[in-house]
Amino acid sequence: MAKYLMLKHYRGGRPAVNSVPMDQLTPDEWAAHIEYMQDMEKRLIASGELVSSEGLSMGGAWVRFDGEGRPPVVDGPFAETKDLIAGWMLIEVDSYQRALDLASELSAAPWAGGTPLGEWLELREVMSAPPADAG
Amino acid sequence: MTRVVPTTALRRAIPEVVGILVRRGADFASAEDAVQTALVRALERPVVDGVRDIRAWLVTVAWRAFLDQVRSDGARAAREERLAQEPEPGPVPQRDDTLGLYFLCTHPALTSTSAIALTLRAVAGLTTRQIADAFLVPEATMAQRISRAKQRLVGIPLDQPGDLSRVVRVLYLLFNEGYSGEIDIAAEAIRVTRQLAALTDEPEVDGLLALMLLHHARRPARVMRGRLVPLAEQDRALWDVEAIAEGVTILQSALARDRLGQYQAQAAIAALHADAPSAAETDWVQIVEWYDELLAFGDSPVIRLGRAVAIGEADGPHAGLAALDAVGDDVPRYHAALAYLHERAGEVDAAAAEYAEAARRATSTLEQQHLLRQAERLRLTQDLD
Repeated sequence: MAKYLMLKHYRGGRPAVNSVPMDQLTPDEWAAHIEYMQDMEKRLIASGELVSSEGLSMGGAWVRFDGEGRPPVVDGPFAETKDLIAGWMLIEVDSYQRALDLASELSAAPWAGGTPLGEWLELREVMSAPPADAG
Repeated sequence: MTRVVPTTALRRAIPEVVGILVRRGADFASAEDAVQTALVRALERPVVDGVRDIRAWLVTVAWRAFLDQVRSDGARAAREERLAQEPEPGPVPQRDDTLGLYFLCTHPALTSTSAIALTLRAVAGLTTRQIADAFLVPEATMAQRISRAKQRLVGIPLDQPGDLSRVVRVLYLLFNEGYSGEIDIAAEAIRVTRQLAALTDEPEVDGLLALMLLHHARRPARVMRGRLVPLAEQDRALWDVEAIAEGVTILQSALARDRLGQYQAQAAIAALHADAPSAAETDWVQIVEWYDELLAFGDSPVIRLGRAVAIGEADGPHAGLAALDAVGDDVPRYHAALAYLHERAGEVDAAAAEYAEAARRATSTLEQQHLLRQAERLRLTQDLD
């Protein structure tokens, strides 16, 4: 068993199958999209597979250390061309196949016209401790 | 005057207490919840002196918790009346109940993730919080996982015979979950496997117990100053000789029963490593033979990978590389094995590149850092040439 992070992108990822821009969705289409994700989240909570799930606001900044005693360097807002993460679901599942299935399910959230968004989700395995039989 | 009951004594009593509640008429899910309530209560405050029999105390507290639960559930009021009126039989533990609990917690209806969680609670006697801490997930996630697992088991009786090979597999997965938090999961896995070995007459259970003891014995030498130390470089003086001796004894008596299985074969390989006074004195020829035995129980790329490395030691790195050819590169540690064999063959460039690739694919930070150090070491060697 392992933890996987499913990352959603506002932009910068690969183009989704249903490529209608977010700001052209009707309120009902948007509500259906959100409801689908909330339903999925509820099911993953019930099955004990959801570790955490959050959406991220679009605003943000680059921040870095600029030497001892100096204020951090802040650069922002993000450029329009930047890869922008929209949110994540962190899951702990039985197998890689289960993680693939869940990522596919999340990607199928309804979008414009009620058809699946078909967005590309980034699926990343979380680093863990080495197994007790290593070494 | 109070005395604290050792947590190991508490934990050891948990499966028996679950069995007793079920025998008294509680369904498994409610019984298990009630026993958890009693366990948490026992851990929260020291048990008053005079409680000589912790099992009887747990039964009493858990039974009360169960009745409270039933009373709060209106639809089950009639059932409560019946149960409350029945005289409480003394807490007589049944060894078959404990064995049944192992079968139930690792039932094929459960994913291995759920089976591990439920086994840790109902068999090992850990609290939900401790299990959640060990797996670095929120307590609510773990509580849900356990609750969902129990829902899937509704209607399956505790005394139904089960599949011991499935129990053994789940316990091995549990052992391999690594270590974090206050609970030593590997040690708990050994404890419940030892308990299972006492309940059964199956050489594979003993084989698993031996395998766990032999791996666990090396743990003090496995990580030094935050760095992973490969088997060949471990300080063997740090190995737990008592655990090795016990593991070897258990394995020998299992092998003598002449019903070989994959866990006994794996334990035999671990024993050959543990037996060698130094890495150079390892009996690699015999290890290759044991890998061949293992393959007879089921071909797997993971076994073929281990076998290729062993062949590399027994017959030279080129033979090892040839054996590795038959293994797919998507097997965990394939590139690390390739790097190691290339280095042994004097192919430093290829070895450095493969260590770097292995590091990119590593799924544990400790292994990744180790592999990066190997790549770095070889780059420095090249610079000196």
